Amino acid sequence: MSAELTAQDYALEGSKRPLAALYSRNAKAVIARGLLATRSSNWLIMVSGFFEPVLYLLSMGVGLGALVGTVEGPDGAPISYAAYIAPALLAVSAMNGAVYDSTWNVFFKMNFAKLYQGMLYTSLGPLDVAIGEIFLALLRGALYATGFTAVMALMGLVTSPVALLVIPASVVIAFGFASFGMGITSFMKTFQQMEWVNFVMLPMFLFSATFYPLSVYPQGIQWFIQALPLWHGVELLRQISVASFTSATLLHLGYFLVMIVVGMLLTTLRLRKLFLR
Amino acid sequence: MLTHPAGPPVISAQQLSKHYGDFRAVDDISFEVPAGESFGLLGPNGAGKSTTMRMIGGVSQRTSGRLTIMGLDPEDHGPEVRAHLGVVPQQDNLDEELKVRDNLIVYGRYFGLPMSYLRPKADELLEFAQLTDKAGAKVDALSGGMKRRLTIARSLINEPRILLLDEPTTGLDPQARHILWDRLFRLKESGVTLILTTHYMDEAEQLCDRLVVVDKGRIMAEGSPAQLIRDHSTREVLELRFGSERNTMVAGELEGIGERLEPLPDRVLIYAQDGEAALEEVTSRGLKPITSLVRRSSLEDVFLRLTGRSLVE
Repeated sequence: MSAELTAQDYALEGSKRPLAALYSRNAKAVIARGLLATRSSNWLIMVSGFFEPVLYLLSMGVGLGALVGTVEGPDGAPISYAAYIAPALLAVSAMNGAVYDSTWNVFFKMNFAKLYQGMLYTSLGPLDVAIGEIFLALLRGALYATGFTAVMALMGLVTSPVALLVIPASVVIAFGFASFGMGITSFMKTFQQMEWVNFVMLPMFLFSATFYPLSVYPQGIQWFIQALPLWHGVELLRQISVASFTSATLLHLGYFLVMIVVGMLLTTLRLRKLFLR
Repeated sequence: MLTHPAGPPVISAQQLSKHYGDFRAVDDISFEVPAGESFGLLGPNGAGKSTTMRMIGGVSQRTSGRLTIMGLDPEDHGPEVRAHLGVVPQQDNLDEELKVRDNLIVYGRYFGLPMSYLRPKADELLEFAQLTDKAGAKVDALSGGMKRRLTIARSLINEPRILLLDEPTTGLDPQARHILWDRLFRLKESGVTLILTTHYMDEAEQLCDRLVVVDKGRIMAEGSPAQLIRDHSTREVLELRFGSERNTMVAGELEGIGERLEPLPDRVLIYAQDGEAALEEVTSRGLKPITSLVRRSSLEDVFLRLTGRSLVE
């Protein structure tokens, strides 16, 4: 052990840094832990997450697409049904991955694996843990998006280099959902409450103009769908995929930037409730 | 018994309380721990020991009262306080997704420690915990005792000045307990302050300079083990067995012998300064116990006296 401790060693100087109680600027240790854990045991779960949207694309895009034929794209030009739903599926997968990582995964590691209890008894603050976990979720989302875009390219659905911007854009979408999801998890106490998350996600996936245009709905329902985040994600990626940008593109992007700011604010305010009960 | 030079308090709790709704887990407790002391929290399940430990670590928010660790409030300076804390929680919370040695290294990185320090330190601690040949094993392949040793080794990765041990030897076999006591003793000798909760009275007597007995969130008594025995028990205890039917019946005839009488279903305890003299008095009254035993009073007698014999869950 170290040299003998004396009474002087026991007097600490307190930092005046803002958020010093919650943040020790060491989120990289949480990230390093996540990467190591993935390498040694989680990679199978990682791979399965990649296949889900790909299977949807094959069944709906190729299978159902044969019946549907071409549809009207964002810029008015006809595109194949697969090309129509592919960016939407990418947005859904960004949402699902980010929400899963920031709600169920955090809830489980908090209450059952007791992983965070160990972390929070070190120099790490809850904000280090939150930032590290969100970063890991986004890294995973970026990998999935890259893989999915590669599949799109193989199917001939990527027609311009601009379309590759769907990858960073889907990370922005994931960030919006992840920051918000973690804030929401701080209000959850039981598994039953966690089920509400799924209850919101599934209809959002099915009805956010994912598989058909918004125009099929009456006006009132259109407004409701347009208020939800996934619709903005679907439209954003759909516009990027055919390189057709309008002022609405900025609106969609802005929606997620606001969501990120509000979500991170909520998460930071709720950190003590989330991690230090 | 350990001796130590009393330093300034490194932990100071004043009127510390933690309520969960109506339930008072910790109810207005005050204590101070000087540097280098080995301080024990004794109490039955649910007495508030672990909650107190969690507040010291700054991972549980107190309801009221003041608390400083090394001069800082752990709620305002959690990361800085915990940089010098080692924690052995009641239940092992090892990282099941990482291998044994990685558990130590990754934990060290949470403290922001560099790899050049952590690699040799991890090997040293594996040696300490006698887990060197398990370095590359998965955590769930370890036995309960091995997991406990790894948790304890992990708590030392940052060379803590204060070590919080929440029932450190629960589930360990006697060999492992004695090895651990020896290691803790050595840490204490190097000046580390130990805060320990335990159910084991022999452990408390072995390790603690001073302890508090807590029950239902309140401090019932405070002092060194010897002092507590002096204050709350007699020097010796005479244990008599008359057979399970007769113990309570006989109790009436034993009135006046020793300082205090406690009839239990299986035996009668007589607390007395001189146990042999008390036994003579018993036989002179014509009573013939099946077995009799004179022993020194222990911390267990104090504990049971203060917290009662009924089962607490």
